[in-house]
Amino acid sequence: MSEKVLMKGNEAIAEAAIRAGCRHYFGYPITPQTELAAYMAKRMPKIGGCFLQAESEIAAINMVYGVSATGKRVMTSSSSPGVSLKQEGISYIAGSDLPALIVNVQRGGPGLGGIQPSQSDYYQATKGGGHGDYHLIVLTPASVQEMADLTGLAFELADKYRMPAMLLADGTMGQMMEPVELPETEPELIDKPWALTGTDMKRKHNIVNSLYLVPEELERTNIERFERYKAVEENETRWESFMTEDADVVVVAFGIAARVSKNAVVEARKQGIKAGLIRPVTVWPFPKKPIAEAAKTCKAFVSVELSMGQMIDDINLAIGCSRPVSLCNRVGGMIPSPEEVLESIKKAAGGNE
Amino acid sequence: MTTQILIAGFGGQGVLFAGKFLAYKGLMENKQLSWLPSYGPEMRGGTANCSVIISDEPVGSPIVSKPDVLIVMNLPSLDKYEDAVVPGGKIFVDSTLIERKVNRTDVDVYYIPATKLAIDIGAPTLANMIITGKVIKETGVVSYDEIEKTLEKIISARKANLKDINFKALETGYNA
Repeated sequence: MSEKVLMKGNEAIAEAAIRAGCRHYFGYPITPQTELAAYMAKRMPKIGGCFLQAESEIAAINMVYGVSATGKRVMTSSSSPGVSLKQEGISYIAGSDLPALIVNVQRGGPGLGGIQPSQSDYYQATKGGGHGDYHLIVLTPASVQEMADLTGLAFELADKYRMPAMLLADGTMGQMMEPVELPETEPELIDKPWALTGTDMKRKHNIVNSLYLVPEELERTNIERFERYKAVEENETRWESFMTEDADVVVVAFGIAARVSKNAVVEARKQGIKAGLIRPVTVWPFPKKPIAEAAKTCKAFVSVELSMGQMIDDINLAIGCSRPVSLCNRVGGMIPSPEEVLESIKKAAGGNE
Repeated sequence: MTTQILIAGFGGQGVLFAGKFLAYKGLMENKQLSWLPSYGPEMRGGTANCSVIISDEPVGSPIVSKPDVLIVMNLPSLDKYEDAVVPGGKIFVDSTLIERKVNRTDVDVYYIPATKLAIDIGAPTLANMIITGKVIKETGVVSYDEIEKTLEKIISARKANLKDINFKALETGYNA
């Protein structure tokens, strides 16, 4: 690892992507992720890479589709309204079994919404977004260091499972600066025998396609894809547990909401309330197991979200509604304070205050 | 120990840069830290602020809502954040631009004519660094040693000629 530098989250993603071997970036500017595109615009020409500001988000995601078919590591980034525009392309990339990285530095919605941080694209990221049966691997960084680390991981997992990965961040993570160490080792790239690289008249040509007009064939591709998804769920679910072993109240939160919640959990412990935190690092696959495990011993859950309550559904599914799950949230670009989270923890703990 | 700092003023006064300087100095002292700017459709003349947390432990929430140290460079910022400062906290006021006094009696207040001092040393845009010098002196949140090295890190090569005057501004504030 190199020496620590101060970087904005958006810049850390860009630099980490370059170090992961990404040499193709296609995007369209939107607050609060623009520093990412700006960084790529500055660096890519100097290292023989391609930065292209497309005419729209739709064009950008289809450029990603094209480059991905050639087996090269490729990415795009945007913020909520822009990511909505990309959904058709994402579905095509998933349907063609191609790896790619899509970064969503979320802002408040729906519609044009605002430009302040949000987590209200959770459903879109984890439940589809585009049409058809498909998933993305969705990683949720909670520090600038993770903005970098999870970018590298996203490329790796996308290649390994031949599926698009998404970095689901928010405006705070994109804009804040923290010390970050960037990897100095060369990325390990795997063979992609499916890639369109030219046959030299020596092999049968590859086909990248998401169109299957014979229903039996289309069914087969869907079932095969879901076998891969099952492997992802088994092998790649990631989370962080903090003080959950003896917790009466378990807070579940990711990204900036998890940072705020950690303060609240520490404060609750000081006040004698046994609180803990489970921070999903992947929200697809969702860390069902540790949450179900916690339900065996805790009394209640609090879902802390920058949305009207989207992840709370996954918590309820994970625990089979066996414990009460309350929601502590702010929306529209607002962020709950540690005090607000602490209040929710106290309420969930019942008479223990 | 954890120090939560909020720096606020007009866009263009170097509020974000002052925060970045403190953050980088903290980094060079191997401290844990975060720097979070307000971001919005703002430009020179609008309001700007940034949250800086410097700590010996990993930083939780990067949002500063109850600052230990408040630095204000215009009146609207003092009006807005005065009450948020924790009891026993410190408020630094650019007294060239803010005529009123701080109402709170449970905090330490430092009035620095930062903008005037900046004009005096021939660097009218560096009131931010003058007030930062004073903050380092009075809070010890970061050390004054080797501040030139930090300036070297954060001032780009293209603007290297501005290093000396930034150092002079910090020094002026530190000794003010």
